[in-house]
Amino acid sequence: MSRVTSAFVAALITLILGGFLLGLSLTSEGINLVVGPSTPGKITFLFVGVAIVFVLQYFREHVGRFTTHMRSDQRMELPSFLRSSQQQRIWTMFVIIGLLLFPFLSSRGAVDIATLTLIYVMLGLGLNVVVGLAGLLDLGYVGFYAVGAYTYALLNMYFGVSFWVALPIAGGLAALFGFLLGFPVLRLRGDYLAIVTLGFGEIIRILLNNWTDLTGGPNGIARIPKPTLFGLEFSRRPSEEGATTFHEFFGISYSSEYKVIFLYLMALLLVLLTVYVIRRLIRMPIGRAWEALREDEIACRALGLNPTMIKLGAFTIGASFAGFAGSFFAARQGFISPESFTFIESAIILAIVVLGGMGSQLGVILAAIAMTVLPELAREFDEYRMLLFGLMMVLMMIWRPQGLLPMKRPHMELKRD
Amino acid sequence: MTKNLLTVKDLTMRFGGLLAVNGVNLEVGEKQIVSVIGPNGAGKTTVFNCVSGFYIPSSGSVMFQGKELRGKPGHLIAREGMVRTFQNVRLFKEMTVIENLLVAQHIHAEHNMLKGFFMTPGFKNREQELMDRAAHWLERVGLIEFANREAGNLAYGQQRRLEIARCMVTEPKLLMLDEPAAGLNPNETKALDELIVQLRDEQGISILLIEHDMGLVMGISDQIYVVNQGEPLAEGTPAEIQGNPEVIKAYLGEE
Ligand SMILES: Nc1ncnc2c1ncn2[C@@H]1O[C@H](COP(=O)(O)OP(=O)(O)OP(=O)(O)O)[C@@H](O)[C@H]1O
Ligand SMILES: [Mg+2]
Repeated sequence: MSRVTSAFVAALITLILGGFLLGLSLTSEGINLVVGPSTPGKITFLFVGVAIVFVLQYFREHVGRFTTHMRSDQRMELPSFLRSSQQQRIWTMFVIIGLLLFPFLSSRGAVDIATLTLIYVMLGLGLNVVVGLAGLLDLGYVGFYAVGAYTYALLNMYFGVSFWVALPIAGGLAALFGFLLGFPVLRLRGDYLAIVTLGFGEIIRILLNNWTDLTGGPNGIARIPKPTLFGLEFSRRPSEEGATTFHEFFGISYSSEYKVIFLYLMALLLVLLTVYVIRRLIRMPIGRAWEALREDEIACRALGLNPTMIKLGAFTIGASFAGFAGSFFAARQGFISPESFTFIESAIILAIVVLGGMGSQLGVILAAIAMTVLPELAREFDEYRMLLFGLMMVLMMIWRPQGLLPMKRPHMELKRD
Repeated sequence: MTKNLLTVKDLTMRFGGLLAVNGVNLEVGEKQIVSVIGPNGAGKTTVFNCVSGFYIPSSGSVMFQGKELRGKPGHLIAREGMVRTFQNVRLFKEMTVIENLLVAQHIHAEHNMLKGFFMTPGFKNREQELMDRAAHWLERVGLIEFANREAGNLAYGQQRRLEIARCMVTEPKLLMLDEPAAGLNPNETKALDELIVQLRDEQGISILLIEHDMGLVMGISDQIYVVNQGEPLAEGTPAEIQGNPEVIKAYLGEE
């Protein structure tokens, strides 16, 4: 087929498929639904799309050459000034100081979004342990997030447990769920594992939805208290007799901003801890074992490594981070319902990991920021959010399947004198 | 007679209708080099897979140091001190040479995560021990200058030697090598020959060897087993095997 014909056919197929989606619209007249042409705007859209497909197909070889070029392109790696470990340390210091100062210099809304972003950073980093480091495709990660959130919400509702006590319990309980789920299913190969974990995430959500007596079902749980600072509350008035609030303690006037800033700083602390813990994990025997397992499971077994236990380690650790993030999420929102823990959340977190570059912590952090901040900035495109999201994933897979910043694992070195 | 380290009795492995191994017996004594030879497709690798726990044999018994190991998973068998290589090299190619040897010592590593997080002296010492043992074996197999190279970048012969070193850091009692000389040049084969003999004489371990290179096999084996089409054909010292008309026929028939 000549170039023109193949480009023409591709454009025609786009026109037919797109025609149904964009070219037609349903309107209701009385009780009937009537099919008619849609708005001129959408039809313009359609033809622009057809034209793009035609051009891309026509210049296919050039495009192909360009994408191979992009794939091997090294420009997106860390800039050289970040490569030496001492300079890395200095820059890390600067970034952390900047992050600490950030809430005092920006608007309340920005701080709020930043806090949300930090939750996703934490989720991305946690899932990265499972997917990026241990190579296990987990599609039900949100299940552990839900366990963490509901642990705090329920413990507080029924037993009045405070956030700081609930936080480790939530992490531990999520880890326990990870362990119990992982034990039987980690013997399964990749694709089966993905399906079972997908099912797990849904089961958790459906359970929370239907166990109305305990969880309130679809109505969720409201009035979950915010964390306190050594017992100081951030509300205008103390919640009970004898409690003290932050502004009373310091003798300053009340402002709801303190609470927002406090939540941000807490999230930041949790994220920094997560980053540190995972950094250490990679350099520990279990981190080496994850890498080895990803490369050759059979060779690992021949050397006495138990693949199931090593994967279980990753699964449990990953789940515990989701648990921490979940309980913090519950505390920040003040209200949770099964709605917050749908499959799409798992997909977004997974997208963060894939986008960032499997295994790479910095990549995951940047991707989490991109995935949460960009949609906020582009609110007008809200309708097309999922479309753009899909488009971005497809483009990533074509251009940089290894992610934005693919992992450069620190190698252990033999030092000889 | 020396005490047996490994005794395989009546090993049978069936893949659907195919009887890949049928009634094979093996005995490996302490500090012995024992070879398994046979034409292509004879079932040698299958015997290895059954003994090392990668297949569950259809029947038979695998006694190692007086323990029945048949049907146990591979990683537990490796921990008992029976470690193997593969017919096609299976290194962790994207890890460095030294890391390959560190992973191999995983079971000896410090697994207390808290110690790891806080890098306690105990943790550091243990890591150093692993590092030292790895360096020692790299020196032994002549790969020390490649310690920080990616394993996948080594030449083929070096990869083979690294695979042996990777087994040795686990401190096995029985080392099982599946065609270690395949693809090596005569010089490398000679070095391998010397290394295997050294492992027996200096390290005091036993070696179970599958090999097609008859020069190597006849030169170093204490005992040889011949399998043909899954069936045991003959066993004996190199001299006995070389003079066995049935063995000659099986090999000549193949060629
Ligand atoms: N997993 C398996 N499933 C089915 N058949 C198998 C399997 N593994 C081995 N076989 C068959 O068993 C027979 C013996 O194979 P094996 O690999 O043990 O031979 P070998 O003696 O090691 O040969 P070579 O010298 O070529 O390595 C062959 O016919 C092979 O096709
Ligand atoms: Mg073989």
